[in-house]
Amino acid sequence: MSWFKDWTWPSRLSDKGIIGMNRRNIRYIGRYNSRKLYPLVDDKLKTKLLAQRYDITTPALIGTVSTQFGVKHIGEMLTGHKGFVIKPAKGSGGKGILVIENVDDDNVFIKPSGAHLSLVDIERHVSNILSGLYSLGGSPDVAVIETLINFDESLMAYTYEGVPDIRVIVFKGYPVMAMMRLSTAASDGKANLHQGAVGVGLNIATGAALRGVQFDRPCYSHPDTGHDLASLVVPQWDTLLNLAAGCYEMTGLGYLGTDMVLDRVHGPMLLELNARPGLAIQMTNGEGLRRRLDLIERQPDGVGAKERVAFAQHHFARQSELVSTPDTESASA
Amino acid sequence: MSRLAFYLIVGFLLVVGIAASIHRHVQFEIPWTPGEQRQVWEIEAVITFNAQDGPVQVDLALPSHQAGYRVLTENTASSGYGLAYSADELGRQAQWTIRNAAGSQQLYYSVQMLVSPEARAPIQTPPGLSTPTPWGAPYDTAAEQIIERAWARSADNATFTRELILDLNGERQAENARLLLSQETPTALIVRLLNQAGVQAREISGLMLEDARRRQSLTSWIQVFDETGEQWAVFNPTTGERGRPDNLLLWETGGRAVLEVQGGTNSQVSFSMLTHNQPASAAVRNHRSDSTLLNFSIHSLPLEEQALFQTILLIPIGALVVVLLRVFIGVKTSGTFMPVLIALAFIQTTLLTGLVGFLLIVAVGLVIRNYLSHLNLLLVARVSAVIITVIAIIAAFTVLAYRMGLSAGLTVTFFPMIILAWTIERMSILWEEEGPKQVLIQGGGSLVTAVLAYLAMNNPWIRHITFNFLGVQLILMAFILMLGNYTGYRLLELRRFKPITEDEKPS
Repeated sequence: MSWFKDWTWPSRLSDKGIIGMNRRNIRYIGRYNSRKLYPLVDDKLKTKLLAQRYDITTPALIGTVSTQFGVKHIGEMLTGHKGFVIKPAKGSGGKGILVIENVDDDNVFIKPSGAHLSLVDIERHVSNILSGLYSLGGSPDVAVIETLINFDESLMAYTYEGVPDIRVIVFKGYPVMAMMRLSTAASDGKANLHQGAVGVGLNIATGAALRGVQFDRPCYSHPDTGHDLASLVVPQWDTLLNLAAGCYEMTGLGYLGTDMVLDRVHGPMLLELNARPGLAIQMTNGEGLRRRLDLIERQPDGVGAKERVAFAQHHFARQSELVSTPDTESASA
Repeated sequence: MSRLAFYLIVGFLLVVGIAASIHRHVQFEIPWTPGEQRQVWEIEAVITFNAQDGPVQVDLALPSHQAGYRVLTENTASSGYGLAYSADELGRQAQWTIRNAAGSQQLYYSVQMLVSPEARAPIQTPPGLSTPTPWGAPYDTAAEQIIERAWARSADNATFTRELILDLNGERQAENARLLLSQETPTALIVRLLNQAGVQAREISGLMLEDARRRQSLTSWIQVFDETGEQWAVFNPTTGERGRPDNLLLWETGGRAVLEVQGGTNSQVSFSMLTHNQPASAAVRNHRSDSTLLNFSIHSLPLEEQALFQTILLIPIGALVVVLLRVFIGVKTSGTFMPVLIALAFIQTTLLTGLVGFLLIVAVGLVIRNYLSHLNLLLVARVSAVIITVIAIIAAFTVLAYRMGLSAGLTVTFFPMIILAWTIERMSILWEEEGPKQVLIQGGGSLVTAVLAYLAMNNPWIRHITFNFLGVQLILMAFILMLGNYTGYRLLELRRFKPITEDEKPS
């Protein structure tokens, strides 16, 4: 009966307040996310333009290409930009994102891996995006070109190759749970948890690491860089939370996953939004979402973003499981 | 409010579905299980007479639904005769008519009677008492004495009838009885005496059913209205025994003549019969169906459409399996209802051939699709190319199987090709993006779902239920609606979230 060890009882999950897929779909996504608002988050260009109106920082837009005819002019658009990212507006799961770190004098484009691309390669990639190669359902798409994010050095030690991003679940405008995703060699530089990225649960109050998880099992240091996860604290945490909370007013979606990155110069930036955020964040936090969501559901509507963030920081503060002496901070909450 | 409406709808669907199913079961006697065999009697009546070279009218009493038996189908053969069926409260009749006939005539009537213990006789009303014809002397005193004797020794209509029959037959037959029997046949005499005593009674004709008998004739029985039970009781006119033998089919119960021929002589009717068992579903199919709304049934369609519907009505079962597996278990499939279509193909190909064929086609398709991806085609063009590839693969396999003498291989043509092409496309993208492990998980999930859906859809009992009880579709609908509300955990989530429940040590 050894296989039985891998299973648990439903009662134990509900004691922990874990939310399952069915509950997420019916109780939260179905109830709080109006279908007509989905295009706002499924189209990255729309999200970006909307974010600019609501003063939510996003990577600067260099330009868009929406016709095959426009592909010819991409060279002119890119002149003067040293680093940029080309992505499909309706792509999902990081597909079709081309990162150019540097441009040589004679128009040789260099990827982070060091590979060289010519302008023709760039044009073909954009053309592929337009024809719908990376979009959901293969529908014709728009290529979005934006400036490269200069990642905050303080976090680079915690990641291997890829960029660490921060996912905050925002429920009715309240940031309820957060995690950071660190890419590893196993995840091939991607920040997808099921591919082997390390997920680090973050304390909503401080942005400090709570607990690390790789392949659903606890881990205490980054498997590739060996860096201790306990010391991880996300800088400019309050700004980041306010940014995330502001996405509620921006989209109107009640149950929202916000993906943020930290730029060296501009601070926290919104990368993309997700109307169907996954449940893995519960694993990285070692806690179910249920109690937090129930608490938020009891709060009145129409509270300002700042108050919401303060409320969340007050109520959802937690002890790190990575620090061996848990008594040091006990009074702060 | 909307919740209430939802539960009302679900409740309504359940109630209507169950009621419709029970109605089908009770009213049309469609059994809940397919294996039940039903006994069916084939009875043929031959009417013979000599026509007198002029117009002829033949009236034959016909059997109706009755306790223990149910009319399935009936046919007549009578060349040149006009035919009309009529029915009134006394029973059903067939009437043959012809303007001119001469010589020996034969008319055939055949009926299939289903033996069904649950069948009830139609509602029975007590007939008005016919005024008995008065006896002339000396019969009047004899009749009065017999009635008085039997009356004194009986308590109610039933026992009175028994005593009367015993007095007129066998050992106890007395002088009075012999006198009266010279005037009438025993059965008619008993009925007449019963009526005289104020007991509602009539003479009826029945057929004793015995397998493979020919040239049988009807026998006379006495029906007495039981004043306490409010129904007709059958008595054997020679033994006085009460109750109808199980193998007695009542042919004529209105007290009328079984056969009436005008314009003919020497008329008689004889019966031959045969019994056989047939599956209940076949017996059901033969039901004479009145086209009322409640009798709304697939069986009123031509046979070809029925066969089509048999498959269509199974799809909700496949959908239910998919919903169960996805909502309760959390199985990942490639394409939500693709497994149902694969399962439908399995029904045609049988499971093993289907599995082997499916795996071969998808595997070869993946290899070819892999090459197509290097060509950098637009999606629609690429999938179209995959469709043609799938057709080519299927054709190749079919020819190969035929050459090797594997007739089972020929059935791969039943696979839905467009669905297969999309499956290959999705699997291929999955392979590129998530690696072969995900392909195995989703492909395996799809196959497991397809096999389970196949097992459910190929189950004889489920096929029987879905085909014969349309109400079941409403019940399925209600179930699926309720499943769509399930917010609990999926089975696989119990494994996924297990690590969270482990470290309870701190705090």
